[in-house]
Amino acid sequence: MIRVENLVKSFGAKLAVNDVSFTVERGEVLGFLGPNGAGKSTTMRMITGFIPPTSGRITIGGHDMLEDPLPAKRLIGYLPENAPGYADMTVSGFLNFAAELRGLQGDARKRAVGRAIELCFLQNVVHQTIDTLSKGYKHRTGLAQALVHDPDVLIMDEPTDGLDPNQKHEVRGLIKHMGEKKAIIFSTHILEEVEAACSRVIIIDRGRIVANGTPQELKARSPEGRLEDVFRAITLPDTVKGH
Amino acid sequence: MNSWANIKAIVKRELGGYFTSPIAYVFLVIYLLLTGFFTFTVGSFFERGEASLVSFFTWHPWLYLFLVPAVGMRLWSEERRLGTMELLLTMPVTTWQAITGKFLASWLFLALALVLTFPVAITVNWLGDPDNGVIFAGYVGSILLAGSYLAVASMTSAMTRNQVISFILSVLICLFLILAGYEPVTGLLSRVASPQVVEVVAAFSVMTHFEGFQRGVLDTRDIVFFASVMGFALFTTGVIIRNQRAG
Repeated sequence: MIRVENLVKSFGAKLAVNDVSFTVERGEVLGFLGPNGAGKSTTMRMITGFIPPTSGRITIGGHDMLEDPLPAKRLIGYLPENAPGYADMTVSGFLNFAAELRGLQGDARKRAVGRAIELCFLQNVVHQTIDTLSKGYKHRTGLAQALVHDPDVLIMDEPTDGLDPNQKHEVRGLIKHMGEKKAIIFSTHILEEVEAACSRVIIIDRGRIVANGTPQELKARSPEGRLEDVFRAITLPDTVKGH
Repeated sequence: MNSWANIKAIVKRELGGYFTSPIAYVFLVIYLLLTGFFTFTVGSFFERGEASLVSFFTWHPWLYLFLVPAVGMRLWSEERRLGTMELLLTMPVTTWQAITGKFLASWLFLALALVLTFPVAITVNWLGDPDNGVIFAGYVGSILLAGSYLAVASMTSAMTRNQVISFILSVLICLFLILAGYEPVTGLLSRVASPQVVEVVAAFSVMTHFEGFQRGVLDTRDIVFFASVMGFALFTTGVIIRNQRAG
């Protein structure tokens, strides 16, 4: 479903993403790990068509994101970092707007919005404006917006950021459940999240992929079998050597 | 067809955004008070002793200089500040659909404000026997003028996430569009430059092209001028947004 080939993004002299390639098939949940500023968000922004890569290719369900963006974008649901939303809109207005841009009309739209509201537990805040929402609700509204058209591909930048432990648990369950039928990429800082929800992990550091495998495979690299040790060892090689 | 549906969805959202906050109503009240003040007090509508709306339309380039950038300054800077631009532009929507939708919504809002000045037209018809063709042409010119300023505001709001900077930049550009053909300035310019140069500079001014409408003339050249200002500024908006995304 998602195919990324030799993706490069430079901002001036800085290489933010350096020759990244991977594929994600339907039924896979790919966890994107890496230190801050490693290039996770930049990669996701390129996959979703927000920023163009300096070089490389992205295809979503066979549609090239650069040459034919609209069919590619139709397949994607995207939760950007910090879950932005129009402050002055109500949750229901916002979801209806997203559904409308996704080409849903009339009854189909009503059903889709109702389903997204239910899926993300937003029943209590449907008529509240987005700027009055707590961080957790705001985040789930962003998630509902990404899910409203039941996309084949779901890309989420830190979907559990700012949620309380119960909500985190629910969202992880939701991701895992949806991952059976969709191709999902999500980024996170939380290593246990990767073990709980992902079928595969990519660790990215300074714009390069430094590890790619199942959570079990990666854990097997550390003597204690802990993902955290592996993460620290491959993303901070300089300081680790210094010890 | 599909693109029209996208534009419509964006227009609806933008217009809804105006009216869910008090900003729209505050703007309409200020707009109507100011047009009234300029028409009747500064423009001495009654003392002129003629049945026309000259004293109404003649102030529009100056009035819009501040009011239109105030409407347009948030168009793109707000999207950038909230981060919703990332959301909007990863939807199956082209950049030009988004630009057109946002522009049309604000333009419709300005058109609504202008339509609400209808009591002036009624008054002048009640008091005398004006040429309503001239009045109609004046309204057409006024809405084209507002659209041109708005397109400039759209362009400057794409440049920055700061609405104040966006406002100041568009006021400056619109001020240039006025002054290039404002009589005191062209008079000054004609002392140092040849009449041809003055004419070329003045041709870039909204004043030169707005004048015809006030006299009741719908000249294709004037309409083309305003359409080109809008086209150019909206096209530039697209270029700026594309460059920002490219990094």
